[in-house]
Amino acid sequence: MQSTAHDFKGNVGAALADPNLQDSLAKLKTGFSERRRQAAERLPEFEALRDRARDIKNHALANLDFYLEEFERKVTALGGQVHWAPTAEDARRIIADLCRGVGARTIAKSKSMVAEEIGLNEHLEALGIAPIETDLGEYIIQLRREPPSHIIAPAVHLTKDQVADTFLEHHSRLGFTRRLTERNDLVAEARQVLRQKFLDADVGLTGANFLVAETGSSMLVTNEGNADLSNTLPRMHIVLASIEKVIPTLEDAAVLLRVLARSATGQESSAYTTLNTGPRRPGDLDGPERYHVVLLDNGRSSVLGTEMQDMLRCIRCGACMNHCPVYGAIGGHAYGWVYPGPIGAVLTPQLIGVEEAGDLPNASTFCGRCESVCPVRIPLPRLMRHWREREFERHLTPRAVRQGLALWAYLARRPRLYRAVTGIANRALALLGRSDGRFGTLPLAGGWTRYRDFPAPQPGGTFHAQWKRGRWNRGRWNRGQGSRKR
Amino acid sequence: MSGGPDEDRARILNGIRRSLQRGALTGDPRKAAEARLAEPPRGPAVARANLPPAERVELFCRWAELNNATVARVSAAEVPREVSAYLARNNLSAQAAMAPSPLLADFDWASQKMLSLRRGRAEASDQASVTGAFAGIAETGTLVMASGPDHPVTLNLLPDTHIVVLRENDIVGGYEDVWRRLRERYGKDCMPRTVNIITGPSRTGDIEQTIELGAHGPRRMHILVVRE
Repeated sequence: MQSTAHDFKGNVGAALADPNLQDSLAKLKTGFSERRRQAAERLPEFEALRDRARDIKNHALANLDFYLEEFERKVTALGGQVHWAPTAEDARRIIADLCRGVGARTIAKSKSMVAEEIGLNEHLEALGIAPIETDLGEYIIQLRREPPSHIIAPAVHLTKDQVADTFLEHHSRLGFTRRLTERNDLVAEARQVLRQKFLDADVGLTGANFLVAETGSSMLVTNEGNADLSNTLPRMHIVLASIEKVIPTLEDAAVLLRVLARSATGQESSAYTTLNTGPRRPGDLDGPERYHVVLLDNGRSSVLGTEMQDMLRCIRCGACMNHCPVYGAIGGHAYGWVYPGPIGAVLTPQLIGVEEAGDLPNASTFCGRCESVCPVRIPLPRLMRHWREREFERHLTPRAVRQGLALWAYLARRPRLYRAVTGIANRALALLGRSDGRFGTLPLAGGWTRYRDFPAPQPGGTFHAQWKRGRWNRGRWNRGQGSRKR
Repeated sequence: MSGGPDEDRARILNGIRRSLQRGALTGDPRKAAEARLAEPPRGPAVARANLPPAERVELFCRWAELNNATVARVSAAEVPREVSAYLARNNLSAQAAMAPSPLLADFDWASQKMLSLRRGRAEASDQASVTGAFAGIAETGTLVMASGPDHPVTLNLLPDTHIVVLRENDIVGGYEDVWRRLRERYGKDCMPRTVNIITGPSRTGDIEQTIELGAHGPRRMHILVVRE
C-alpha cells in the first residue's frame, strides 16, 4: 500500500477529529487490555513463559538459516514446495505465477499482514485475479477499500452502524436488501456471502503465525475458521510468511501459543490452531492437491546482528497497540502504513525507510506499557529511541527542533549561563502566567499551545534553585516521596 | 531483479549469514540445533497441564464449556442415543455426515432408527457432522483432530453443528502430550497433513470487539466425553 507515514501529523489531526473512530477507540481501552490482564493472572506460569518465548525466538534468529533449511527439507519431503522471495516484488511475482499456473480466477484469502506489506491484493487485481478477504474484519475493510487499522482486529476503527451501511451497499445486489442492526445478523450475512466464495475459490492463501522446522508445518491461529476453509477447500494452498516466523520445534510452539492468545485477546486459546504439512495424502477425501510456502525476506535478514534485531521476535499479537496511549488516541490508520502502534513505529522505518516514517517513533510518551506487556519482551521504547537518533543524525528533524536542541545543548554545557537564563525565563513565565496558571499562546511555542495549554511555573524558582535551597531533601528525593513537606 | 529460484534462495541465506557474521552453521552450534530438533526441550511446566487423570477430565470439561462448547459425559453404549437426542434438542433434522473411522463404526448406530448417517467428507449442504478426536487437551478444553482417510478436515469446518466423540483416555494434560502422541502414532518425521486444534465453536470479535459465535466454522460444538 501507498504509505502516508510522512504526513503523520496530518493523519493524527484527522483521526482526533473523527467521532466514529473515537467511539471505537474508547472500547479498546477496556476491551483487549483488561481481558489480557485477567488471562495473565489466571496462569501463574505466564511470566516464566514470556521469558522462555523470548529465548526461543532469540535462539531461532541466531540459527535462522539452519532452521529455514530444515523447514524447507521437511516441506519438500512431504510433497510441498518452498519459494524464497528476497523482496516484496519477488513474492508478488511468485504468487502470481502460482495462481496463473492453475488458471486461478478467485483466491480465498485469510488475513495476512505480510500480504498487506507486499501489496498483494492490488497486484493480483491488476492481473485479473480476484483476492477475496475472508476474515470478517478484513472482508469489511476490503469492501470499504481501506487498509487494516490493527494487526489482529483490522476493522476495530469501525462502528456496527458503519458495517451495516457497508454491507447494505455491497450485499444488496446479492439479494440482501435489508439494513441490519444486530451484530449477530451482520456476522450471519457475511458468513452466507463468503461461504459460496470459499466453495468457488481456486486457491487458498494464508499467512502463518509460526513455521515449525522440526516437522515442516505451517501453524496458523484464528478464531473464525476462515483460514481453515481457505486451506482445505481450494485445490492449491499457498502460505505466505516472512523468514523470522520459523521456530525449531512443536514444543517451542506450545510455549508461544500459551502467550500468543492471552496477549492478543485475553483468550486461553484461540478457537482454531492449525498445523498444515504438505498437500493432501493418498486416500484423503479433502484438502489441497498442492502446497506452497513463500518465504519473504524484504530487508529482515539485514536487521539480524544489529541492535534492532529484537524487533524480529515479534509474534504479531497486537498487545503493544492495545496498551498504547498514543494508539488509543489516534487509531491505526494515522500511522500511515501496514503496521501501526509501537511495533509499527519500530518496523515501518526499517521496512520503508526512516525518511518516510521517521515521525512514527516520535509518537510515543515512553510510558513503557508496550514493553511491559510484550509476550516476547521486545524493548520497544529503546528501539524507538534508536530511530529518533537515526532521524536526528540524518538531519530529518525539523529545523526549529534542531535549533532548539542546539541552543539547549549550548546552555547545558555552561552551567552558570544555564542557571541564569532558566532563572530569568522561569521568573518571567511565573509572572506572566500568574493569573490563571497556564498559557493559551506563547511565543516560540506555537507547536505546543495550538493543541494544549502550557503550564506556568509554580512559585519557588527553578528546580536548580529549589535544590540549592535544600527544599528537595536528598533522602526524600531518593525515596521518591516528592517535594511536599510533612 | 530476480536471478532465479536458486539465486534467490542463496541471496536470503547468505544475507542471514553475513548479518550474523558467520558462514553456514557448523561445529557445536550446529550440533546443538540438531539436538534440539531430535529431542525437543520442553518449556516451563504448566501446573494445570499436569493433573492426575480424573481431575484432568474435569478440567477439560470445565474449559470446554467456558469456551462455549457443550459437554455430555456418557458411556459407550449411550453415544448413539445422545447424538440423536442432541440433534432433537436443538431442533435439527436427524441426519449428519460422519467420519469414516473404525472407532466410530463400533458404536451401535442401528439402535437409532430415525438417525441417518452418511460416512465421508462434509458437503456444503450438511447441517451436522459427527467425528472422533485424536486427543483432548485439559489445559484449555481443546480438541485435536488429525486428518486422514478416516477423518476428512471438512467435517470439522463446514457443518453448522459439530458433534465430537472423545474417549476419556484420550484427554491429555497439555500441548506437549499431544505432540508426543502424534510422534508415536505417525512417526517423528511425518505429521498428518492437517492437525486442527479446536477450542469451542467458531467465533469473531471483529465487530466492536464483541464475540459472536459461528463466524465461518460451526456455530455449535457438542462434545461426548466417553467413560472408559
